[in-house]
Amino acid sequence: MSETRPISFLRRWREPGSSRMPFWLYTDEEIYRREQERIFNGPHWSYVALTAEIPGTGDYKRSWIGERSVIVVRDEDGSINVVENRCAHRGAQFCQTHSGNRKDFVCPYHQWSYDLKGNLQGVPFLRGIKGKGGMPPDFKRENHGLTKLHVAVHNGVIFASFHPEVPDFEEFLGPTMLKYFERVFNGRELKVLGYNRQRVPGNWKLIHENLKDCYHPGLLHTWFVNYGLWRADNESANVMDAEHRHSAMVTKRNQGGKGEATSGIGSYRENMELNDGRFLDVEEEAWWDGPTAVIQSIFPSVIMQQQINSVAVRQVIPRGPRNFDYIWTHLGFADDSAEMNQRRLRQANLFGPAGFVSVDDSEIIGLVEEGMTQNLEAESLCELGGREIADTDTHISETLIRGMYEYYRKVMEI
Amino acid sequence: MDATIRFAVQDLYTDYVRCVDDTRYEEWPDFFTDECMYRIVSRENFDAGMQMSALALESKAMLKDRVYGMNETIYHAPYLQRHVVGIPKILGAENGAIRAQANYVVLRTKLDAFSEVFNTGRYIDTIATENGRMKFKERICVFDGELVPNSIVYPI
Repeated sequence: MSETRPISFLRRWREPGSSRMPFWLYTDEEIYRREQERIFNGPHWSYVALTAEIPGTGDYKRSWIGERSVIVVRDEDGSINVVENRCAHRGAQFCQTHSGNRKDFVCPYHQWSYDLKGNLQGVPFLRGIKGKGGMPPDFKRENHGLTKLHVAVHNGVIFASFHPEVPDFEEFLGPTMLKYFERVFNGRELKVLGYNRQRVPGNWKLIHENLKDCYHPGLLHTWFVNYGLWRADNESANVMDAEHRHSAMVTKRNQGGKGEATSGIGSYRENMELNDGRFLDVEEEAWWDGPTAVIQSIFPSVIMQQQINSVAVRQVIPRGPRNFDYIWTHLGFADDSAEMNQRRLRQANLFGPAGFVSVDDSEIIGLVEEGMTQNLEAESLCELGGREIADTDTHISETLIRGMYEYYRKVMEI
Repeated sequence: MDATIRFAVQDLYTDYVRCVDDTRYEEWPDFFTDECMYRIVSRENFDAGMQMSALALESKAMLKDRVYGMNETIYHAPYLQRHVVGIPKILGAENGAIRAQANYVVLRTKLDAFSEVFNTGRYIDTIATENGRMKFKERICVFDGELVPNSIVYPI
């Protein structure tokens, strides 16, 4: 790859396996369309909301599955429905607020109304007026409701799917991923601390790669290297589900400072000292059960983050092949003490669109997307730890990324 | 409101903008009292009374850590800022603290690109006087467009 050669625009995935990814996967409209069809609308569960966001009857939240806008709503019998935000009549995306409370949904265009389960209720002038006009006699309201999605609610977290044959949620995650999921979401009451929303100029797969790439945190992020939060010499585990699409990166912080993991590492700052140590006033929590950080990538829609006392759900919404929206829902728990609440807020300064650590990632993704666009036929190299795919206990590995693309290649048939 | 106070507040605002736009970031913490609050928060969170911010610094020491971060540790593509700040409205003065607000527009210019609207919103400020100099005891930057164009590195 180091030799100069003419650029070609052949879309070929030259090598078998998933240790080399051609750059057109991250730029191409047709690939993007197929991803919408097979991945976001395929037999996968996508994260849409938390039950804590819609505690009462009629509470709703607008969310997204891939490019499709959906409404997550709690109805009169307490059940949670997810319906597509698109009027069955002429297609208007009628709900335009992030959240609220409604007795029904009414499309502003022609006043068609739907109940909280998405059933069509009212059609103005259904039988015409003065004996003229109206719907044909065979029109049946029950055939024209909103698109109703499959819904899985697991310990306060709501997932949905457009696909008729989506497996059970627990089967979708598999036992290992379920264990890490339930480490955070064990049924206790969640408290939403707020949101951060950013548009990142890169393909949506790049953020999953970033959070399956256990090699980079100890190199790119000065704060992680200096304070031992995530670096090469941490005790670690990097594990997947049986299909290799989901992953958890697990690490246990150490004391940081100078050592084998910092030798020759440009981002390590030997003389850096915080003026205000409260940024890293970490209190170990019993539910961590050892690791100080677990970053779980649940393919294709969400990253679950616990890094020290900061907990967040990071939703991934593709916006064309070269952009995605990254929506952070920052969390605490209902039984947090005032001090713990304060700690979670303070440590959130490391994350999100202005975070001391996370800015590195979203900026790097912009550089990667730009670089890839220069030569679509070139490939990324993903061979740390070999070309095989297996769980590992070292951070010096790209096995989780290879895992995701093995599954991706199968689903996409490319 | 005393005209001297009014002019002094305007001077504080213009000096702040000159400091930040001229990239003299090391001097930025000096616009704040030792115990202070600097927040960049979306209108969505702010209006809903949610505590989360994009950035929330609670002391001058934290502001200094941010300066070190933006200059030394946070990887980001280079950019310049240009603030346009409206005339501050002084809302009141109690116990030696002045409450004021002003609208702002921040334009961002990246290399190889045109200038763009980066962040718009309002400052909600509490101003105290320390050794004869006005300083921010609290500066809350409430931004309208909740979707951040990738990242915020430098002070608003």
